[in-house]
Amino acid sequence: MNKKLGLIVNPIAGIGGRVGLKGSDGEEILNRAKELGAQPEAPRRTVDALKGLVPMKEDIELITYPYEMGEDEARKCGLSPIVIGEIKKGETSATDTRNAAREMLRLEVDLLLFAGGDGTARDIYSVIGDKITALGVPSGVKIHSAVYATSPRNAGELAAFYLGGKSSEVRLSEAEIMDIDEQSFREDRLSARLYGYLKVPYMKRMIQCAKAGGCAGEQQALNGIAADVINNMETECLYIIGTGTTTRAIMEQLGLKNTLLGVDAVYNGKLVGSDVNEAQLLQMVEEKKAKIVVGVIGRQGYIFGRGNQQISAKVIKKVGKENIIILATLDKITTLKDAPLLVDTGDEEIDKHLSGYVQVISGLGERIVLKIEY
Amino acid sequence: MKSLPNVRKYHSQVWSEPVIMELGRKGERGILIPEAEDAIKTHVGQIQSLIPENMRRKTAPDLPEVAQPQVLRHFLHLSQMCLGMETNIDAEGTATMKYSPKVNEALVRLPEMAEIHPCQDEETVQGILEIIYKLDLFLREISGMDHFTFQPPGGSMATYTNANVFRAYHADKGEGTQRDEIITTIFSHPCNAATSATAGYKVITLMPRKDGYPDYDALKAAVSHRTAGLMITNPEDTGIYNPDIKEFTEVVHKAGGLCFYDQANANGILGITRAKEAGFDACHFNLHKTFSSPHGSFGPGSGAYGVREQLSKYLPRPVVSYDGEKYHLDYDRPDSIGKVREFHGNIPAVLRAYAWIMSLGAEGLVEVARTSVLNNNYLTKMLEQIKGTKRYYAPGEYRLEQERWSWEKLTEDTGVGTMDIQRRIVDYGLQSFFMSHHPWIVPEPFTPEFCESYSVDDMEYWCAVLEKISDEAYSDPELVKTSPHCAPIHLVKYEDLDKPDKWAITWRAYLKKKGKVILERS
Repeated sequence: MNKKLGLIVNPIAGIGGRVGLKGSDGEEILNRAKELGAQPEAPRRTVDALKGLVPMKEDIELITYPYEMGEDEARKCGLSPIVIGEIKKGETSATDTRNAAREMLRLEVDLLLFAGGDGTARDIYSVIGDKITALGVPSGVKIHSAVYATSPRNAGELAAFYLGGKSSEVRLSEAEIMDIDEQSFREDRLSARLYGYLKVPYMKRMIQCAKAGGCAGEQQALNGIAADVINNMETECLYIIGTGTTTRAIMEQLGLKNTLLGVDAVYNGKLVGSDVNEAQLLQMVEEKKAKIVVGVIGRQGYIFGRGNQQISAKVIKKVGKENIIILATLDKITTLKDAPLLVDTGDEEIDKHLSGYVQVISGLGERIVLKIEY
Repeated sequence: MKSLPNVRKYHSQVWSEPVIMELGRKGERGILIPEAEDAIKTHVGQIQSLIPENMRRKTAPDLPEVAQPQVLRHFLHLSQMCLGMETNIDAEGTATMKYSPKVNEALVRLPEMAEIHPCQDEETVQGILEIIYKLDLFLREISGMDHFTFQPPGGSMATYTNANVFRAYHADKGEGTQRDEIITTIFSHPCNAATSATAGYKVITLMPRKDGYPDYDALKAAVSHRTAGLMITNPEDTGIYNPDIKEFTEVVHKAGGLCFYDQANANGILGITRAKEAGFDACHFNLHKTFSSPHGSFGPGSGAYGVREQLSKYLPRPVVSYDGEKYHLDYDRPDSIGKVREFHGNIPAVLRAYAWIMSLGAEGLVEVARTSVLNNNYLTKMLEQIKGTKRYYAPGEYRLEQERWSWEKLTEDTGVGTMDIQRRIVDYGLQSFFMSHHPWIVPEPFTPEFCESYSVDDMEYWCAVLEKISDEAYSDPELVKTSPHCAPIHLVKYEDLDKPDKWAITWRAYLKKKGKVILERS
């Protein structure tokens, strides 16, 4: 008997990222994102994931919701899904996600693949709990939940491994659903909350760990990293300072206002852009030589594509691989175990270009050689 | 596996012993030395006159005044509360706690050794110079290097010496400023990174491959025209020997860098592999690890540092030379990096190592390595059977003289971690094991090493204690978490160790932090 694969796409997930809105929850934000010309991430990412399942399409029964909630993406990959439920095309909401999840639960799918961010994961979890196995395709702006595979491609691979029963390395584990309050996120206060656990297929490296918190005594290491970056800063060069606490240390030493969860721009020691979005960055790098300074997300290893989507593939392409400065304390690197650094810019070509060994600044005069994969 | 022996009960002696500064009273003395006779006084003069006037202190030091029996009682009490190297089984990995034969102690106490002074004319110390020179020859044979110095008093000082020698070499070639990077690996001894940084280098650290082996591709990506050198350990902390070591040194040489082999602990390779054939330009041995001398850097340790011919002229001065008839202290070395320690280093350690090598011979040294590796792999078989242990990396592969293990499984199951077990083991009269250098890449780590000087009975007993603690963790985790219970000092708050206002390393600092007045003893 064929295995049943459920598919739910939250088509608006990720829409707020590139325009610097830190999420897509709430109608007002959604409208603002649309006004800013934002494009949804989820459909494209779902297609990337489904590609991994195409070789076994004869062995699975794909059940999904209409139009942009899964049907379109499935057909794009040449799959013939069983379409259930009803939605208003172009006007989907969290209620549709929950309804779809309810149907999948009733149909007892073997695996529920869903595309979205932390908000989507929460919606799905509120319906299915630990009753069926699920796996997330990372598409949202905020991905703090450990239920997401490390990239769309890995999600597809992992789903195929699980449904095909081919790899003994795949096992089930409980993965965290975390979410942060988007309103405080926009106000630079990070308050993450654990909402529960989903049952997910697990293969080391392919699932995101919930973000590791900082350790006491890390400040000294951060100061060393900041001093190293500042000592080597060039004049007449734009520094794009990424999100997070590691880059914050640089701004503190420079005495500049920092946006913890946004991207700032520094030129000749002065703040020339605060909480800038992709469009602003593109404009800035058009005129000036630039360097990108980014931290690493603890336990996950992401340097691009998680929480800093403003530094998009286009920005990276313009600035150049050789002008990317990566920072991480030794403690943070240790949380990665033997996993590589990861990039997920949404542009596979750029991700591929970024792959390979890099020197990560881990202290004053200290570098750690790590590998970037995608 | 045969069943492990029964674990004996143990309890340390516990004395509530004051600090010696709190003992005694003004005027209390051990032995009253009789006044010198007038004839002697006239002949010798005032004893103080031996010290130049400007170097004499104006007031007497504030030393405790305690009678001899009280001094003895005090220090014997302290020693009774310690787990001495020779009162228990000390399987401290990476540090090689080797048994040092007592006959060598008798040698270093001979007046020919104990009563000579480094300022003596070389004519009068030909014997000890000969021993220094001959140990140099032995280590050349063991490593393939061309010249050794014994001036560094410990391993870290040897790696620091090396960083300076590398710089001198590149400076001579006009590349001193350009070559400002030293490459090491995360599982090499951290002194390689630390002393390179102290010497002013940038440090690039390589992470291991997923299978635990050093990553050759990462090295290739790291070397450049800025590479001054590679400073690594092999086998690494994990006990895994890098089979591609020759390729490692080749790629560094190709980029114009030099290669240093940290062989502080050469227990697994003695007489089996040599630094020269692996392509290294320099190496060091800790005489107090591999060559049987008690530990302790600024006390009796010795980081014997050796180089190939092209680096020889940079060695610290003086070096001992031999003209076919006599031994000399050669100070005339204009390219030397200078001195890293006064005089010639810790010569008692040199004498012990010389005597140890002489007693074993070439075949004996190989036997040391073989026995060390055999012991470790016998230990592996026993540790694998203990619930909650896990070997890390390279499954199925043998390690050399030590191995990095993990209690990760036990911690997941019981909440008892390696630090708890490390304390609990003391309750059975065993020295705390070595966990890992920082950072803990391997979670809940421990790194045992039995080298060649422990017996099968010792190893089985040690494993029996670990097995018992594992049982305790599963049945009564609190017992382990709140340990030690049978030691002179019970559970201390680790977090306080990070608070400078909570601790003091001198009596004066202690009084200050306690808000006590410093009493004048005069």
